[in-house]
Amino acid sequence: GSCQGNSVERKIYIPLNKTAPCVRLLNATHQIGCQSSISGDTGVIHVVEKEEDLNWVLADGPHPPYMILLDGNLFNRKVMLQLKGTSRVSGLAVSIAKPNPPQGFSPGLKCPNDGFGVYSKDYGPQYAHCNSTVWNPVGSGLSYEDFDFPIFLLEDANETQVIKQCYQDHNVPRDGSGPEYPLCAMQLFSHMHAVTSTVTCMRRNSIQNTFSINPETVCDPLLDYNVWSTLQPINSSGKVDPQKEVIIVATRIDSHSFFWNIAPGAESAVSSFVTHLAAAEALHKASDVHLLRRNIMFTFFQGETFDYIGSSRMVYDMEKDKFPLRLNNIHSFVELNQVALRNGTVLWMHTDPVSRLNDSVQTQIKNLLNILSSSSAGTNVTLQEVGYSQPLPPSSFQRFLRARHIPGVVLTDHQAAFQNRYYQSMYDTPENIQMQYPEGLSPEETLEYVTDTAKSLAEVATVVARALYQLAGGANNTSAIQADPKTVSRMLYGFLIKMNNSWFQSIIKPDLKGILGDVPQHYVAVSSPVNTTYLVQYVLANLTGTVVNLTKEECLNPEKTPNTEKEMYEYAWVQGSLDPNSTSRVPYCVRSTVHLSKALSPAFELRQWGSTEYSTWTESRWKEIRARIFLVASKELEIITLVVGIAILVFSLLATHFINAKADVLFSIPRDPGAVAY
Amino acid sequence: AFFWLVSLLLSSLIWFIAVKASDPHDEPLQKGLLIFGVMFSVLLQEAFRFLYYKLLRKAIEGLVALSEDGCSPISIQQMAYVAGVGFGLMSGAFSMINLLADALGPGTVGIHGDSQLYFLTSAFMTMVLIFLHTFWGILFFHGCENRRWWEIAAVVVMHLAVSGSTFCNPLYVGSLVPSYLLMAAAAVWAYLLSGGSAQNLRRFLLCK
Repeated sequence: GSCQGNSVERKIYIPLNKTAPCVRLLNATHQIGCQSSISGDTGVIHVVEKEEDLNWVLADGPHPPYMILLDGNLFNRKVMLQLKGTSRVSGLAVSIAKPNPPQGFSPGLKCPNDGFGVYSKDYGPQYAHCNSTVWNPVGSGLSYEDFDFPIFLLEDANETQVIKQCYQDHNVPRDGSGPEYPLCAMQLFSHMHAVTSTVTCMRRNSIQNTFSINPETVCDPLLDYNVWSTLQPINSSGKVDPQKEVIIVATRIDSHSFFWNIAPGAESAVSSFVTHLAAAEALHKASDVHLLRRNIMFTFFQGETFDYIGSSRMVYDMEKDKFPLRLNNIHSFVELNQVALRNGTVLWMHTDPVSRLNDSVQTQIKNLLNILSSSSAGTNVTLQEVGYSQPLPPSSFQRFLRARHIPGVVLTDHQAAFQNRYYQSMYDTPENIQMQYPEGLSPEETLEYVTDTAKSLAEVATVVARALYQLAGGANNTSAIQADPKTVSRMLYGFLIKMNNSWFQSIIKPDLKGILGDVPQHYVAVSSPVNTTYLVQYVLANLTGTVVNLTKEECLNPEKTPNTEKEMYEYAWVQGSLDPNSTSRVPYCVRSTVHLSKALSPAFELRQWGSTEYSTWTESRWKEIRARIFLVASKELEIITLVVGIAILVFSLLATHFINAKADVLFSIPRDPGAVAY
Repeated sequence: AFFWLVSLLLSSLIWFIAVKASDPHDEPLQKGLLIFGVMFSVLLQEAFRFLYYKLLRKAIEGLVALSEDGCSPISIQQMAYVAGVGFGLMSGAFSMINLLADALGPGTVGIHGDSQLYFLTSAFMTMVLIFLHTFWGILFFHGCENRRWWEIAAVVVMHLAVSGSTFCNPLYVGSLVPSYLLMAAAAVWAYLLSGGSAQNLRRFLLCK
């Protein structure tokens, strides 16, 4: 192309384009993540594929600091703490391990969201801090460590090979002695602006905003939107009658990993919300939903990975009357967490042992569990209760329990410790939930192919939908309520493998086409709404809404059109599917009860940056993040070049002086001794 | 210096148009276009040197008219030297500035297999070109003054030879050695034309 970089720069540097950095996140008291120097960190590359290679970096190597290319299987707590403690390491590049590490890998905590759930020293102290059950035993807590060198993930195996080739050509020690210059080196840029904690960085933000003409923000709170929808329409700007009872179904839609914007979250998030969406679709198809005694609210919480941002905000809004529902409207609570890796056919029901000590709550919970068990008749799902003295796993339900003793149940595929050995890591991919497609299918065929995982999740969705129908007071036979495995399969494909497929394209607004580009991932991020939130919103609208015969103007401006009941419904103009023979789409208007509600931690609304009650997670800002490799010359060559240059300069100055002084001797034609014209 | 700059602008414009109009993936064609571009640029630089000579000639007539004693305060030989130095400095600046900007980073040339001595050899090549431009200025103006067309032709041929020898890179001995030999020859010739002689040189060195 014509606008390529300077050709000398291309002779020197090879940029690494497919990388993901580790960024800095802060909460009320700590900073976690990685930091580089402001002009990048440089180091000589050393490839570490087994633990013995580390000795070269830590002790033997003659050219510190080193930039390590670490094999994915060695990316564990033991190695990382060794690297953290030394000054001979200037950075780290990790290559993804293929296949996934068999012993499991989770950089999350052993006790996720500890301290922000319901169990504390005042409520169930024997259950607090995972005293009775360790939920994530594989968890190393690496994501929550603070590193002072940059760590990047190399996503492309070809780039990793280029780096290894450069290492083989220049850096391999020969015959025990050190390698010769020039050496292959790498430079990583990921300078983060925020330091210490959220308290510090928000204080600096407010100083900047008050006093500076061009304020420079250093960190942003993690925020997004929760998606919620009701089975029977309610007035979203009014208040629901206190006598009306609502059953809340909840799942989380976000995940996290060690690296920024890499969060496939197949088992930890996607499996649960896809099941939830399928259950919502199945319920809406029942014939007498408008006659049910209780309403059902399908809620998708965003930001749950970071100390329950979404659910704590919803509870706060309910307490402060900013949400159409209040806490006393809630009849019961059903949550779906990690349901794809069932052992056999068993699905476990978790309840809170402390609230069950209260008799009325105990009765309601028993009723809830019975209805669930009876709904599983005829399906390939066996519902079992966990032991009576086991606490609730980390779930959004815990935030609701903090406010009021609501009867509720959390459904998971694990009895005690997670079945998911890659919880909140980059390895929580479709392979983790055993999604397998036959070879040689086109993208369209892959979209429509029904995997076994999809069938299994559809069974769970069927059970949940039937149970909800009965809980809401439905009297008819529930055998007609079935979740559709085809829908589940399409959703799994879209949320885990390829967002840019024909189904997703047909259900979104025309001006949102750009969000369907990237590899699917579900990090909550700081700019909202993220792709995942948009897609959950539009998929839910498509599955539970109805197509109405409005024109584009009427659909986009429902307040001007009569009979649209703008407060009860949301109208969306979606682009429709592509005709097989033409290139144009047939858009239409969808009416649904899907709404977004802000998911920003109440700590930021109340301006309590150091809160221990609400989530205070923020993400640092940065200017540039990139990586490149190149050769470095020895110090000797650099000094020789400099000395030769200075010597030639001095010599030329002396020569000019003498030639000028003796010009009349050198040149015999006499001339005026004027100054030499320069 | 400005004249050199304009000649570079025009020659690079021609080369750019030629590259855009041709197929970017045809390697021999691109190499051929580059050689054509270099040769065309050399001829254009010498043409602009001639134009500058013409301009200075007119200027000297003006200066003579303005002066009190009928002689110009600056001779044509001094102008020749200055013109040469100007051309040389501008050419040197353009050769080296972008290299220096990239040399500031942590890396050095070589990851794609180029020689590690890239920066050093570029510096020496630039130095020899600056000297050569200075001597060619003197030779060229002397040839124009005294109507010795073969001196002008020699300058053009030398310039083409030095620029052409850079296509031998990275075989640096093929470009640096001939260039330095040509520089020595041009230095001797320019010295002799400026009024020097072997005697003067011996007196200068011995007195020292």
